[in-house]
Amino acid sequence: MKRNDLILLVLLLAAGFGWLFAAHTLVSYKGDEAVITVDGKEYGRYPLSEDRVIEIGQSNEAEIANGTIRMTKSDCPNGLCLKQSPISRSGESIVCVPNKVIITVSASENAAVDTMAE
Amino acid sequence: MIPFFAGVPGMKLGLANMAVIAVLYLMGPADAVLVSLVRILAVGMMFGNMVSILYSLAGAALSLSVMIWLKQRNWFSIRGVSMAGGVCHNIGQLVIAAVTVQTFQIFYYMPLLIISGTVTGIIIGILGGEITRRMKGMRLA
Repeated sequence: MKRNDLILLVLLLAAGFGWLFAAHTLVSYKGDEAVITVDGKEYGRYPLSEDRVIEIGQSNEAEIANGTIRMTKSDCPNGLCLKQSPISRSGESIVCVPNKVIITVSASENAAVDTMAE
Repeated sequence: MIPFFAGVPGMKLGLANMAVIAVLYLMGPADAVLVSLVRILAVGMMFGNMVSILYSLAGAALSLSVMIWLKQRNWFSIRGVSMAGGVCHNIGQLVIAAVTVQTFQIFYYMPLLIISGTVTGIIIGILGGEITRRMKGMRLA
């Protein structure tokens, strides 16, 4: 029994860390654009190069600063989206589940090429 | 309600699952389901709302089904069963979140939830194993 527990532990951690590594280093570039969707519909695209505050409907507010974006206001009950660290790499997301607000960083094709050429 | 990893919001140790897994090992699947259901409804009505109850139910349903099945197969000790339960609990909640928000983008959180489910699961498994060992032989209900 003990040995199987250990195998499961190693498999699960390998899956978790492997996925994390793949998502963050292999298929991720420095992003240059934040895409915000509300309730499945695109709300707007904002370049990460310009610092600004974005009102997202009545419920949320995001802020772009130093090439990163984070959620700064939300009227959702737990405020978990507010506690998440700022994001800046393609594919990274902040999701406010109760308000159905999603912020995703994307890399336009130019940015991806630039990063690969670096 | 003990928050886990800083920087990744919403992760908790899941101490309530320690009671559920102890009951599963001491009294059997039916009692574990009952305890789990009662605690979700009680906690949900006191501190949560319909949405939080729905999330808890989804996590518990997947987690308990898998734990009951794995316990019967006898492949793992209580620690392995608890690990699988922790991971499945997180997956169940993430699936409900994906349906609610209607996006697969949320599976971005999956690797961290697998890791945290494994770590919290093994802690709960060790503690639950201790409780089970010490309470064996006591007359329960």
